[in-house]
Amino acid sequence: MYVAVKGGKRAIENAHALLAEDRRGDRHVAELSVPQIREQLKLAVSRVMAEGSLFDPDLAALAIKQARGDLIEAVFLIRAYRTTLPRFGASRPVDTDAMVCDRRISATFKDLPGGQVLGPTFDYTHRLLDFALAAEGEAATEAPRDETAAGGMPHVTTILAHEDLVQPEPSGSGTPRDLTREPLEFPAGRPLRLQSLARGDEGFVLSMAYSTQRGYGRNHPFVAELRVGRVPVEMDIPELGFAIEIGEIELTECETVNQFVGSKSEPPQFTRGYGLVLGHAERKAISMALVDRALRWQELGEDDTGAPAQDEEFVLSHADNVQATGFLEHIKLPHYVDFQSELELIRKLRREAREGGIKEAAE
Amino acid sequence: MTGYNFAYLDEQTKRMIRRAILKGVAIPGYQVPFASREMPMPYGWGTGGVQVSAAVLTPDDRFKVIDQGSDDTTNAVSIRKFFQKVTDVETTERTCAATVIQTRHRIPETPLTEDQILVYQVPIPEPLRFLEPRETETRKMHALEEYGLMHVKLYEDIARNGAISTAYAYPVQVHDRYMMDPSPIPKFDNPKLESPAIQLFGAGREQRIYAVPPYTQVVSLDFEDYPFDPSKAERPCALCGATDSYLDEVITDDRGGCMFVCSDTDYCAERRGEAA
Repeated sequence: MYVAVKGGKRAIENAHALLAEDRRGDRHVAELSVPQIREQLKLAVSRVMAEGSLFDPDLAALAIKQARGDLIEAVFLIRAYRTTLPRFGASRPVDTDAMVCDRRISATFKDLPGGQVLGPTFDYTHRLLDFALAAEGEAATEAPRDETAAGGMPHVTTILAHEDLVQPEPSGSGTPRDLTREPLEFPAGRPLRLQSLARGDEGFVLSMAYSTQRGYGRNHPFVAELRVGRVPVEMDIPELGFAIEIGEIELTECETVNQFVGSKSEPPQFTRGYGLVLGHAERKAISMALVDRALRWQELGEDDTGAPAQDEEFVLSHADNVQATGFLEHIKLPHYVDFQSELELIRKLRREAREGGIKEAAE
Repeated sequence: MTGYNFAYLDEQTKRMIRRAILKGVAIPGYQVPFASREMPMPYGWGTGGVQVSAAVLTPDDRFKVIDQGSDDTTNAVSIRKFFQKVTDVETTERTCAATVIQTRHRIPETPLTEDQILVYQVPIPEPLRFLEPRETETRKMHALEEYGLMHVKLYEDIARNGAISTAYAYPVQVHDRYMMDPSPIPKFDNPKLESPAIQLFGAGREQRIYAVPPYTQVVSLDFEDYPFDPSKAERPCALCGATDSYLDEVITDDRGGCMFVCSDTDYCAERRGEAA
């Protein structure tokens, strides 16, 4: 005799216990510490901070540990935590001109004020597995360092702007809307697009950018500059009447200049794409700049070629991996009520088809 | 639970959600955009419903959660546990004892009353979405009451299959104005959308809230010669014998054996005198 299924509660508790066990893995292997993840899986930490929209390397490292290395799950943990945090106010816009750069390169000029600073990059490594790392006998080496060039590192686009060769960025009007505090509505406008791309899934933004390079909304980008480093964050304190520095965050910034022969509304000059991401995330920052530029077709009087990367609603609606993975994976949840109604319908339609064909629909 | 506000969300957020709910109640069937928050469960797991419940629950409420009609499905258990943790409100499995019921995919069989709120979890709030993928377009269609596309779709169903081939999430028109997706409830449940209870719909990922106020007219779309048919399996429940309840098909062996039982477990248990 069938009795109605019971035991959902116990099943969940047991599943959670198994999850904890699986996260720990073989207990003969030393447990990972949060500082180890923060220091040695830095790019994973960066990605979780960027897509989680929260600059906190310790929490990001904790999330990675808890998520068993599933970065989207870690992003989700950070987002769910972030949304509960009270908001005391907004910082002043950070000044990336004043960035203390660990890395700063330009693909458009051989040399430039401040110089090219290669910094810690995979770019010119040979991708050969380093078995010495597997032996865990790494010698403590210290990389030689030069003092950062005096006179700072002005943005390449500022240099180009002297000759009016690059389009000036329109100055913002007022406080931009906040993606996390207002529902996204279309047309969204550039500030919201950039917010969305900055926290968007790296893989998605990369693929969108790649599609523009392969001809779906091509925009001829040059990396005018890519810089990675730390900037101070300042906040106006009303009680004091002036701004104080409340901390420092690591950012990756990419500015592209794009060939542009002019349109009905704009003269021939270079146009820009912009990418700014929390942490060290070059791939993401460059991708973001390309997609930003592709989405600006309307403002620059270009043609809509129907490319996915030009479609604001398409890009913004699908860039968020926490939303995407949630909706995708929710089809694991029970759907037997819906499925039952489909079963009844299919059976009915089959029965009718068997019993002498389909009735003529109303003319 | 320490460290979190009553019902998890901060009061500002709850006020924002309540404003959206009030607007939804004032314009039945209209999808109100709201700034949905990341919840500690994934999108697709009922974050919209959870946010609506969090905004309407008070310490005096008695809360019931069902998924597929049952209180014991894993996600219903999980959501009920969440609210026990963050509100301490009393929970119940009995439909008649609950003041707020959160549901996924079903409307309880026991008729609801004026003292109850039914909160639906909604995956895709836009009834026209699969006919027109762009939000900018569908909002325009709602504004202009331009619903021809849906009628054409239903007509084409009949032309091709001899019947309207939508079995769940069957579109309705509310108060003679807005076309509304009733969430993926089986069409069997559609007649129950006209109810003395307040019905609130929350779509977290899609950032929409909408509502059907008590005693509001809700019409399932159909044609004069092809009237709406809220069908279900044509047999009684194998456990309680009910003939008026929606049935789940349970496979009992691998030789085609199956039986049909009430999907609403509380209704079934109550009829068998075993109510929790």
